[in-house]
Amino acid sequence: MEFGLTEEQRMLQESVSGYLGSACALTRVREAAAASDTKPADVWEGLAQLGVQGIVTPEDYGGVGLSMLEAALIAESLGGAAAPVPYVASCVMAPVALTQAGSAAQRDAWLPRIASGEAVLGVGLTEQIGRRESAGIGVEDGRLTGRAMFVLDGMDADTFIVADNDGAMHLVRAADTDRRALKTIDRTRSVAEVACDSATAEVLPGSVANREPLLATVDAGRIMLAADTLGAAQTMLDQAVSYAKERRQFNRVIGSFQAVKHLCAEMAAALEPCRSLVWYAAHAVRAVPGESRLMACHAKAHLSEVGRFVARTATEVHGGMGFTDLLGLHYWFKRIGFDRQMLGAPEIVREEAAVAQGWIEA
Amino acid sequence: MDLAYGEEYERFREEVRAFLAEHGKDAPPQFSRGKSDAQSRAWQQLLIERGYAARTIPKEYGGYGAEPDVLKAHIIAEEFAKARVRAGHIGDDRLVPTLLELGTEEQQRAYIPPTVRGEMRWCQGYSEPNSGSDLASLSTRAELDGDEFVINGQKIWTSGAQHADMMFCLVRTEPDAPKHQGISYLLFSMDTPGIEVRPLVTMTGDASFNEVFFTDVRVPASQIVGRRGEGWYVANATLKHERGGLGDPNQAETRFLHIVDMMRNETIDGRPLMEFPAYRDRLLKLQGQMLAMRFNGMRILSHAIKGEEPGLPRWIVKLNGCEMNHQMAGMAIDLMGELGVLYHGSPHIRDSGLWQQRYMLDLGLIIGGGTAQIQKNLIGERALGLPKELKVPPQA
Repeated sequence: MEFGLTEEQRMLQESVSGYLGSACALTRVREAAAASDTKPADVWEGLAQLGVQGIVTPEDYGGVGLSMLEAALIAESLGGAAAPVPYVASCVMAPVALTQAGSAAQRDAWLPRIASGEAVLGVGLTEQIGRRESAGIGVEDGRLTGRAMFVLDGMDADTFIVADNDGAMHLVRAADTDRRALKTIDRTRSVAEVACDSATAEVLPGSVANREPLLATVDAGRIMLAADTLGAAQTMLDQAVSYAKERRQFNRVIGSFQAVKHLCAEMAAALEPCRSLVWYAAHAVRAVPGESRLMACHAKAHLSEVGRFVARTATEVHGGMGFTDLLGLHYWFKRIGFDRQMLGAPEIVREEAAVAQGWIEA
Repeated sequence: MDLAYGEEYERFREEVRAFLAEHGKDAPPQFSRGKSDAQSRAWQQLLIERGYAARTIPKEYGGYGAEPDVLKAHIIAEEFAKARVRAGHIGDDRLVPTLLELGTEEQQRAYIPPTVRGEMRWCQGYSEPNSGSDLASLSTRAELDGDEFVINGQKIWTSGAQHADMMFCLVRTEPDAPKHQGISYLLFSMDTPGIEVRPLVTMTGDASFNEVFFTDVRVPASQIVGRRGEGWYVANATLKHERGGLGDPNQAETRFLHIVDMMRNETIDGRPLMEFPAYRDRLLKLQGQMLAMRFNGMRILSHAIKGEEPGLPRWIVKLNGCEMNHQMAGMAIDLMGELGVLYHGSPHIRDSGLWQQRYMLDLGLIIGGGTAQIQKNLIGERALGLPKELKVPPQA
């Protein structure tokens, strides 16, 4: 019995965090955000050296072949740095979809290129979670017509995996669609709206009349978003604590006032158990498959709630400075806000958790 | 990550389960009040023989005498909780470890065996009316007169004092020393002349706490544990056990399952509560918190197995666990609506009014054992390294 990280896992996370600390500090995040660059080439390259893009891709396809837990540790580091990297969809969700539902030819064509960082895939499954407006994609003679909204990593991608209205997943080239950027509060990641008008596509055969690969892909994405929020919230908490130790008013550091100290303690008390929840949810994907959907839902929903609390409270501890652009806290605030809504806002995800444990019918 | 306990421990778990299946029916009710009774003592004796109580207390002091094994202790606690069978005890989980660590051999031989057997019951004399969160400011005096301490003063919040045979008590013996260095730790019989116990009725309507008054209570000087002026450190040697105990995640899980049953069985206009999205969402929010605390508990357990101090994951257990239990009780009451306010013997009452009882008692637990605000100070100062509040000089 060992509930914790191995030495290798700790080293992996330290190396990614260490790299981001130097190569993707706040000044770099600012530059990228100002240029609407959600995939700065130098950071992407540097992460490729560490194997980030291929973390869950099987070794046979040139990946590192590690588990969701290692992938979550990286997501946490990326969230901690508010790093502009198309990670969640391209590096984790797409390989899960391709591994579980792709044909041999599709896996051969895409997985090695994803793992090397050469290809970036956007993933658009939102309509299978909760359709907004009249989005959705129909299929006729293998061609796609309709819209996928909120395609994750969509502006960095050259190809998308989108779900049709029956839940089957398809590969479609960006060039065969009409894509436009949806500008969000979070300038560190891209989201696209993808319109298809009889677009050529390739179905992932394992996802036809079998919802499991799509659900597994969504689970993986949710765990990554939860881990991203964990990292971002931890950074905000750490910054609030160090600000409270430095900032002086009334001839003393403000962290000595219980009003401020208790806000910090409440953040720590809420956030620390989240780490264990994310670890367990990620570990369960392989080790406790019977629980994994429920745990992915809870990780996503609970981190969304705690993340929001920490984001606003840490900002508040900084007083007026927290509200300005000067400290850049808002990059994490917005990152957490973004994570919360993607792949199902908390109420939606909790309802799925009720279904996953048989409390109600789907 | 390795969630398997391994063959040895799985076998141990099977043994515990088999024991509970066979003997669980002989256990006394979960919470018995009053003087120790024959059934409780027999149950405790059986548990000690099997190694499910007083497990690591040496045999010569009436225990089972096993080597400490965090995982086995965890399995025992988990299985007893699951079976809802009253677990064994080591007599008093603060006093016995304190005596084992710091008592004289004479004190150990005199007090540990009857305590472990459940024949000698203890109460804790720490809090005072003017020394709650600031416990070290306590003012109950003990002055040495010949070879006896003479105690005068008052304690409050003394659980079980009306049934206890003995008290372990913090008293001020060195009034001129700094507050933490002027305290001593004494043991004495509750039958000693000059002790008066007055029940303190709480909001639940019960009197599980007491006020205890001391008027010229004479206690032999040999009844001190540790040296004069070291009582604060003697008490703190084991205070950490109590803090870890409140907010145990097992309790939240049991409550949660009870609430799920209630959501399925209680109806409004003939529809089960589980069909109401607002109730469901609230239940799911609590489940998310509970799971996070369950896995946090597993993380603490892993540290404990390796003999490591878990740090922050442990500092938050009392604060979060007590709050979560309180919220669960509040939710159960809300699920019942009008039925939720029925109390003590009313027609239509659910679970004998248990949830109202818990809702109030839990508030007591949020306050007791170090208030939520004291917990936040500890988290802020010890785990996050924030500075202490500036001391205000004593007022003239």
